[in-house]
Amino acid sequence: MGKYDFPDAGGHFGQFGGIYMAETLIPAVEELRRQYLHFRDDPEFKAEFAYELKHYVGRPSPIYHAKRLSEQFGGAQIYLKREDLNHTGAHKINNAIGQALLAKRMGKKRVIAETGAGMHGVATATVAARFGMECVVYMGAEDVQRQAPNVFRMKLLGATVVPVESGSRTLKDACNEAIRDWVTNCESTFYIFGTAAGPHPYPMMVRDFQCVIGNEAKVQMPEMIGRQPDAVIACVGGGSNAIGIFHPYIEEENVQLIGVEAGGHGIASGQHAAPLTGNAKVGVLHGNKVYLMQDEDGQIIETHSISAGLDYPGVGPEHCLLKDIHRAQYVAITDDEALDAFDALCRFEGIIPALESSHALAHALKIAPTLGKDKVLLVNLSGRGDKDMNTVARIKGITL
Amino acid sequence: MSRIQNVFAALRQAGRKALIPFVTAGDPNPTQTVPLMHAMVKSGADLIELGVPFSDPMADGPVIQRASERALAHHVSLRKVLGMVAEFRQQDNRTPVVLMGYANPIEAMGYEQFASLAAARGVDGVLTVDHPPEECAEFVAVLKRHGIDTIFLLSPTTEPARVQRVVESASGFIYYVSLRGVTGAAHLDIADVAQKVAAIRQHTNLPVGVGFGVRDAATARAIAEIGDAVVVGSRTVQEVENSPENEVAANVGKLIAELRGAIDAK
Repeated sequence: MGKYDFPDAGGHFGQFGGIYMAETLIPAVEELRRQYLHFRDDPEFKAEFAYELKHYVGRPSPIYHAKRLSEQFGGAQIYLKREDLNHTGAHKINNAIGQALLAKRMGKKRVIAETGAGMHGVATATVAARFGMECVVYMGAEDVQRQAPNVFRMKLLGATVVPVESGSRTLKDACNEAIRDWVTNCESTFYIFGTAAGPHPYPMMVRDFQCVIGNEAKVQMPEMIGRQPDAVIACVGGGSNAIGIFHPYIEEENVQLIGVEAGGHGIASGQHAAPLTGNAKVGVLHGNKVYLMQDEDGQIIETHSISAGLDYPGVGPEHCLLKDIHRAQYVAITDDEALDAFDALCRFEGIIPALESSHALAHALKIAPTLGKDKVLLVNLSGRGDKDMNTVARIKGITL
Repeated sequence: MSRIQNVFAALRQAGRKALIPFVTAGDPNPTQTVPLMHAMVKSGADLIELGVPFSDPMADGPVIQRASERALAHHVSLRKVLGMVAEFRQQDNRTPVVLMGYANPIEAMGYEQFASLAAARGVDGVLTVDHPPEECAEFVAVLKRHGIDTIFLLSPTTEPARVQRVVESASGFIYYVSLRGVTGAAHLDIADVAQKVAAIRQHTNLPVGVGFGVRDAATARAIAEIGDAVVVGSRTVQEVENSPENEVAANVGKLIAELRGAIDAK
């Protein structure tokens, strides 16, 4: 493989990515790009980001050898990168802090965000409180119901949560509404976008902020086992936790990269949120060109996943490229498989994972028995499952 | 000369400004669209912007979002919209039709197939909201080969260097978005619009249409003083929404006639 250097100056990852935005937002996106490129290499910015990650988020997050779980499934050793231990309980805070520091430098007093499961909304509400900014979070009305505890957390943190009633009332509709807010208020407002997708520079910027995950793991794994893992496994909705742990490993050609999409009721059922595994066509939505779940007329179709954070018809442009150049492999895990993995981690390790992260774990549990005990799988445990109590209880027929 | 050039040339000669209403194809249902287009022309529309419904209309406010939803409930695809244009052309071979919508339905059909079908059905121009010049050089070239104009938006926040870049890709006319925000927003600052349109004219000889925020005879009149065309979007769609189905064409026609009168008033 030649030198991997994406995106290009226009934000393209091969044919993917770009800036597919209405003219009204192009100046805002362009200004963001200029400012990010300026501050990304600024020593003061880097130092402040590192300080916040260490003292506020609690980084580095540990890597944990899930020995009992590995023994139970009888094969490869499973290691967990514990992003669930971060302040606010997921990897989302890494990116929210980075963007908030940039917003501060750009003089923006108001931040907005879209959220699916609510973790990015909570992370944004948290940093807004931390830095004294007004915060508005757009959330699909369906997700407001599915993720009630996170809605309450955001309100406690002082954010306004706006339920979005249009379309499928999930993450993509929350994105539409946040974009509409940004079009109207772009001079006062910074849009803290939650995943490594959207118009350039977001896929690059979010990736850069999330790369702290992979950069730490690359140091931690040799310390623990004397070498890098055989495979790195992460769930992919938009794909920010996955690209954060994958990217530093891209040039480590012996490390397999596996992205796990939401298979919902199964790829064959059509009710899933797995554009890469389901061979979706290339399309344009939310400012970038990506593999996109759509009907034959190019209308975006409604997706399904048990996990609100993965319930999205597109995927970040860099994952599209990594699939096409065969540097990463993408698979799907069904709702039921994710729930089984969720239970297994609770019972064997005393860790309650987010339903999103349970997808990544489920794939590890699927392949571990086929591999020797000397093989090592590193799973990005991107978030904790406290927010999913209502969902899981409902499925188990329990009223809380 | 193209239909778009003809219309603007004739208006310029007569010292008049163009009136460009927007309606979403298939709203409130597919059988209404062609009669509605004819009614608008009869009442004084010079060019028609026909919205192609999309599931995720990010740049539109609630009025046009709802229009898109009503049309999609009838499965109005890009292909069906092109069919409506062909039907319109059976009786009207003079009034230009510009399709306005989002990139993905066109991406899904493919540029070449879209352009050849659109040309055959009688489409004169295409405005794709989320296709800035940076991302659509190939699309513009394909449309040009089929004799179709590419209309681009310019906004109050567009910097002068970028205005130059956008007008270089544009043909037909320029659509100046007179407001920050989504379609249907309020607060039109006429003096600011006048200044921005004058600045755009430094970069191009193309006609400049002004839209977003034209809601009544008075704003239409004020905009007509500034631009070469007055684009009326959400206000027209609102009239469609508020009318009983058998009165849509009549009520929208009445609105267009009123705006026409205001624009032409000396």
